[in-house]
Amino acid sequence: MRYDTILRIGAKLILPFILLFALYVQFHGDFGPGGGFQAGVVSAAMVILYAIIFGLAAAQRVVPPILVETMVPLGVLIYAGVGVAAMLLGGDYLNYSVLLHDPVHGQEFGILLVEIGVLVTVAGTMTAIFYTFVGRGR
Amino acid sequence: MVLLTLMAAVTVGVVRLRNLFAVVILGGIYSFLMASVLIVLDAVDVAMTEASVGAGIATVLMLGTLYLTKVEEHRPVHTPLLPLFVAVVTAAVLVYGTYGLPPFGAADTPMHLHVAPYYLAQSIEQTGVPNVVTSVLASYRGYDTLGEVTVIFTAGIGVLLLLKGRRRDGEKGDKA
Repeated sequence: MRYDTILRIGAKLILPFILLFALYVQFHGDFGPGGGFQAGVVSAAMVILYAIIFGLAAAQRVVPPILVETMVPLGVLIYAGVGVAAMLLGGDYLNYSVLLHDPVHGQEFGILLVEIGVLVTVAGTMTAIFYTFVGRGR
Repeated sequence: MVLLTLMAAVTVGVVRLRNLFAVVILGGIYSFLMASVLIVLDAVDVAMTEASVGAGIATVLMLGTLYLTKVEEHRPVHTPLLPLFVAVVTAAVLVYGTYGLPPFGAADTPMHLHVAPYYLAQSIEQTGVPNVVTSVLASYRGYDTLGEVTVIFTAGIGVLLLLKGRRRDGEKGDKA
């Protein structure tokens, strides 16, 4: 499958749009359906498609396993860190109103940060699980 | 109704088939049908999750697992009568339980009168986010979502520990 021209070209064409869609789902989650979880899964699916078409080694050159395994705890740290930051700024834990000068902007900003945390953990976990499953076959 | 009938047909197929490859693909189809049902119910966020996780990632992971194991399922050793009995009784209890639920779409149920009106009325004013699902998930119910992320984190760490650790032990065993 790795040497099939149609699949390779098709995958190359579609990969950037998958990532673009993931980012759209991530940052448009405030207005339409979606959010960090869905965006994380979609971006992990992009890495998985790349690995299926071009082989695991190529995918791991683009997205090294060490980066993926760092992302798993990093997202939780971002999420919890936003809570701690809100606490340090004088609010309750995970109450984003104090993050910026204006409570409403603070809420928007906090939701954005938290969603990024969700994205990082979900994408990292899904890709890491895929890497370990596929890596065991060899 | 059409979707639910298709889902029932797919379920029968999953139960009858012995070829696990086909079962995995049918599982993916089932997830897509479930996502369509959720869209019909206006739960677009959940439908998106179901389509991407249930039909996408889960199918790929199951195929990866099949690659490591055998594709044919063994003949069952026991007769399936007792599990069938348990399943039928559980289903009967669940169906009986639905008679206690308020009618579908009713707006005056306790569930909709507790905090939901507050969220719907205050979401834009307090968070500036038009999608109430997002504002409830990330802000009003921030603790719950933090818990969810921690669950995913724990699951990922668990899989990494189990699969990666054992391979290293196996290599040592081979050398010794």
